[in-house]
Amino acid sequence: MRFMIMVKANKDSEAGVLPSNELLAEMGKFNEELVKAGVLLAGEGLQASSKGARVKFSGAKRTVIDGPFTESKELIAGFWLWQVKSKEEAIEWVKRCPNPMPGTESEIEIRQVFEADDFGP
Amino acid sequence: MTDSATHRAIDAVWRMESAKLIAGLARIVRDVGLAEDLAQDALVAALERWPESGVPENPGAWLMATAKHRAIDTLRRSALLDRKRDEIGREIDAQREFTALDLDVAMDDDVGDDLLRLVFVSCHPVLSAEVRVALTLRLLGGLTTDEIARAFLVSEPAIAQRIVRAKRTLREARVPFEIPRGDARAARLSSVLEVIYLIFNEGYSATAGDDWMRPALCEDAQRLGRILAELSPNDPEVHGLVALMEIQASRSRARVGPSGEPILLLDQNRARWDQLLIRRGLAALERAERLGGALGPYALQAAIAACHARARTPEATDWLRIAALYDALAELSPSPIVELNRAVAVSMAFGPAAGLELIDALASEPSLESYHLLWAVRGDLLAKLGRLDEARTQFERAASLTRNARERALLLERAADASLTSATSL
Repeated sequence: MRFMIMVKANKDSEAGVLPSNELLAEMGKFNEELVKAGVLLAGEGLQASSKGARVKFSGAKRTVIDGPFTESKELIAGFWLWQVKSKEEAIEWVKRCPNPMPGTESEIEIRQVFEADDFGP
Repeated sequence: MTDSATHRAIDAVWRMESAKLIAGLARIVRDVGLAEDLAQDALVAALERWPESGVPENPGAWLMATAKHRAIDTLRRSALLDRKRDEIGREIDAQREFTALDLDVAMDDDVGDDLLRLVFVSCHPVLSAEVRVALTLRLLGGLTTDEIARAFLVSEPAIAQRIVRAKRTLREARVPFEIPRGDARAARLSSVLEVIYLIFNEGYSATAGDDWMRPALCEDAQRLGRILAELSPNDPEVHGLVALMEIQASRSRARVGPSGEPILLLDQNRARWDQLLIRRGLAALERAERLGGALGPYALQAAIAACHARARTPEATDWLRIAALYDALAELSPSPIVELNRAVAVSMAFGPAAGLELIDALASEPSLESYHLLWAVRGDLLAKLGRLDEARTQFERAASLTRNARERALLLERAADASLTSATSL
């Protein structure tokens, strides 16, 4: 089964502050472990929401809103796609992840991806 | 954390750590069976203690430390130590006594090499293919005997027995815990790849209604393949196999219809192909080719799968290239099935007459005589050539040979079409 692992944004990531070399090296090592374990399918870091946009839907109407967006906790700063055997395995891997936002409170969210079988026959 | 939550967490930790644990221990005690027993002891200790103490900060290290202590105890306690000393000889013999420190140093050696040794031992040719499969899933995939049994539709005692026998065989044959070198390596590696591909195909052949453990075997095999690709990055065929599995798995959503009927490759909705797996497969194939392995059996099959994966529509398929790849594959590992596929590719590339020539050469092949697809393909080519009466009898023959009701209906429909068209054209 697959899980999407989302690193939540914070003030720094939204301000476009780049991770330190130290953190980049630690993340690199962690990614390497994921590859060696056959877990990592894909993953990317995301730029600040100021470089993004939202499209709001209301009936037939579409409204484009340019970033940045507030409530940085609800935003995502990066993601992985993992193949693991259980949610618990995903949790164990996330616990081994270096703190993605050292110095501030941060959060990583784990969400299971739908598979063909989940839609029934 | 509730007890059951802790147990699920322990399961997850076990899956992540057990192979490394067993591999590290096997190098010390030189016996895969004993190493697994020691690792299992550590698991039992965790199941006893973690529900109370909570899962430790670094569960892998905890399991390793516990298993090491058991290893020391076992080696000290039993006469095994002396026997092992005799068997293993110098390196360990030089040390009069095992100490925790020695073990630490030994364990911290390259974990990757230990894992690779464990892969080679689990897939050793002294074991039969089905035993290799069970042992590999157990030691490297971290599956329980119950999970393996469910996946292969076999009883749990049967699998447990296979594993016990495997360990005994390895001990009796004195299979060394090492990475084979030189010429032996290629042969042993192909045994490893065969095991992983067997696991994948078992999962791939699962049908709707099967226990979910069965299709999950595809993911287990893909994961083993990816792990092996990192352990042995310079072996092109490993990447060839990974590529083949990723590309085949990319079609899993498209290959079965709403009521469980199989959908042939050219009839699949390509929008349902998993582009992420295709990209990964193409990247792995490129790695194999960069290492000079374009002509290996897995790389060739992957290259054929890649031709289909790259084509946005069935019409865009590069049949010339596929036919050439099948030529190479037929030369490398000739088989009637490869030949049949080659005939189809040739007919798509050079027209039905060229394909029919190859099929006719195959029609006398005893192993294909009762293979319905041979006659279905022959019928199809004859129909394309306008030889409808002959086509009809081929479709009927194919229909009488298939065990799949839906397929039979389809073939009889084509037979009826052929006789109808031949009647109206008269």
